[in-house]
Amino acid sequence: MVSWFSNPGSIRQRLLGFLLVGAAAMAILLYFIVRSVAGQLAQESQDNILTASAYSVVDSTRVRSGELIVDIPYFAFSMLGNLSDERVFYSIRLGGEFLSGYEELPSLENIDGELAFQSAEFLGQDVRIATARRPISLSEGSSVLEVSIAQTRQGLSDTLARISGLAAALGLVFFMVAAVLATLIANTTIRPIDRLTASLSRRGPRDLRPVTTPVPVEMEPLVTSLNGFIGRLKTSLSRSEDFIAEAAHRLRTPLALVRTQADITIRRMERDENRKAMRDMITAIDETSRTAGQLLDHAMVSLRADDLETEKIALPVLVRDTVERMTPTAELKDLDLEIGTLADMSVRGDLILLQSALENVVDNAMKYTPIGGQIVVGVSEGGLGLALIAVSDNGPGFPKPGAEPLTDRFARGTNAEGIVGSGLGLTIAQDVLRVHGGALNLTNTEGGGACVELVLPSV
Amino acid sequence: MRRIGFALCLILFAGQVFALQIEDRAQFGPDDASQSLTIISTADISFISPLIESFVAETQDVSIDYIVASSAELMRALEEEVQPFDIAISSAMDLQVKLANDGRARTHRSDATRALPDWAIWNDMVFAFTQEPAAIVLSRAAFGELPIPENRQQLITTLRNNPEVFRGRVGTYDVRDSGLGYLFATQDARSSETYWRLTEVMGSLDAKLYCCSSDMIDEVVRGELAIAYNVLGSYAEGRSDQSAFTTILPSDFTTVMLRSALIPQSSQNPAYSEQFIDHLLDQSFEGGALRVPENALGTRAQDGVDLRPIELGPALLVYLDRFKNRSFIEEWESAILR
Repeated sequence: MVSWFSNPGSIRQRLLGFLLVGAAAMAILLYFIVRSVAGQLAQESQDNILTASAYSVVDSTRVRSGELIVDIPYFAFSMLGNLSDERVFYSIRLGGEFLSGYEELPSLENIDGELAFQSAEFLGQDVRIATARRPISLSEGSSVLEVSIAQTRQGLSDTLARISGLAAALGLVFFMVAAVLATLIANTTIRPIDRLTASLSRRGPRDLRPVTTPVPVEMEPLVTSLNGFIGRLKTSLSRSEDFIAEAAHRLRTPLALVRTQADITIRRMERDENRKAMRDMITAIDETSRTAGQLLDHAMVSLRADDLETEKIALPVLVRDTVERMTPTAELKDLDLEIGTLADMSVRGDLILLQSALENVVDNAMKYTPIGGQIVVGVSEGGLGLALIAVSDNGPGFPKPGAEPLTDRFARGTNAEGIVGSGLGLTIAQDVLRVHGGALNLTNTEGGGACVELVLPSV
Repeated sequence: MRRIGFALCLILFAGQVFALQIEDRAQFGPDDASQSLTIISTADISFISPLIESFVAETQDVSIDYIVASSAELMRALEEEVQPFDIAISSAMDLQVKLANDGRARTHRSDATRALPDWAIWNDMVFAFTQEPAAIVLSRAAFGELPIPENRQQLITTLRNNPEVFRGRVGTYDVRDSGLGYLFATQDARSSETYWRLTEVMGSLDAKLYCCSSDMIDEVVRGELAIAYNVLGSYAEGRSDQSAFTTILPSDFTTVMLRSALIPQSSQNPAYSEQFIDHLLDQSFEGGALRVPENALGTRAQDGVDLRPIELGPALLVYLDRFKNRSFIEEWESAILR
């Protein structure tokens, strides 16, 4: 029992359990109360009629010339036959001496007052006896007249049996009604918890708004704590984003300085092996500063996505600007960065975020396209009200099975060995597209090479 | 049916039935029957024989020893248990109720007893199967030109005005001897004061006292009695010599006795006793109502006569109380014995 009560288990079951146990206890109590009250009432009514009968006999006695005359009235006994067929016994005694009736009928030994009742057995039957007494004065002195009237209790026990049945039925009905109510109560009590659970589980992974579902007073502390917790989580998340952004920002400046110094140093170097070492160093520095830039981008996406500022953006303009900005880098790697067909599509979105997404995708393409390769960026209509920016290259393409996981943070393709990269690029692009209600499609083109499509709802 | 004479009875059974005063006795059913029932009854053999014969015919295998005794003898026989009896049939309702009340009757429940109307059953022990009014039987010869009284008041007037006709020619029950007479008298007295005035008038006319209805009717037929008061109407109606007398149900009120049966605790053969009771009730009742006897009383009872059936119940014990009985008898004696 103790373990059952202390077991966390189910609130609904515990509530239901308590209510049902309570209802059962009440039903049993009801049964016994009805039975005992009915029993008392039945007993009282039998006692009353026996009393009336006994007194009518007592009242019928008179003393004529010093001698007692008992004249039992007809109704003294006929009233006893009214309720049910019961056997009737009586005895009339004067000062303890038997006068008439049934001599063996038990008489009360000591009674105070003039009326008493007792239950006894007589002639093998349970009987109820009422005894009335009255002092009486005769020629030989005063004495006490004692009249006992007894009646079997067959009808009474029949009545009691009937009432017991009725009380049991009543208790059962009570219990059943209570059980239905208990189920309703338990369900109603649990419902706010269910509702809160549903509203929380419906949320997206980045939804850290406070809970506003109305809840009962008892659950308010829980929701307040939950909201506090969500708030702290949010603060802590943004703090860590801030920290990363800050760290990346602080790294970039000294890295640029180191890079400049390295460029100057390499020109002074004469020995080939020293130059090679220095060039490796420069490559590492480049990669580190790129990663720092991407971390900054990522933090920026997280920050801006929470509070998206949208404006109408013409995709051809976006593509042209981006390609223009990135052409020098492409030329450094001997890559041919070209603009393909530019359909006149517009989207609503955050310009800085979309620029960052496109840059990261192009950057990714440049990284995996071998020297002398070609990258084409174009805009087309995707149908169903969608606009597409496609970035295709003639590099090795994505590894065959499922290109999707590459958009996970820090995930890199199986063919990325030997190529520096953080693995953040596609993640950033995908996050940006997601907050704009779009998606990132990674496919391989038929003639070899990868194609990345930025899908956005057009306006 | 073989009817055996009263004298023969006494000779044959005196030794066996110790100290039981038998008035009549009859055997029914085959001699070699495997089952037997002994019935003690106050009812005349001629009255009860159709019921018993149909039972014997139905069961085939039961022989019945039918003993007629006075109601007081019946009471004594069962109280003192001088001999086991399987059925007791009596017209003395008060004594039947007392026997049952004192635990000397077995309870019996069956379809037949459940179908009984409330008035016909008490405590599943006493079962009434007839309603028999107390009637006044008048000799046509004695009345001659005199008007036929319709109620007790008219009877009193007729008696008072014609003492020369009625002196010594009025008969009624001796309530000291007859249980039924006592029952009728006490119920009459309970119903109306007229009873006492009538009793006094009868007393002043030197009323003759009888033990039994049949004796009184016989005397009326023979011309010994001009009036018999509180005679069982059923006995009068059943007779073949009805032209000699007129039967009257007094219109002020007519006391109705219920003849009843019970199974004594001493019954040796309770299963057959119960079967007999069921047969008795089946023959007497139809659909919860008494089969109305096809006689003049039945029809006459319907026009304006206040029939007062005596109720089976503990109230009947009242007049059996020692004090009550003594004072009633004293009063009765002082009224009738002038």
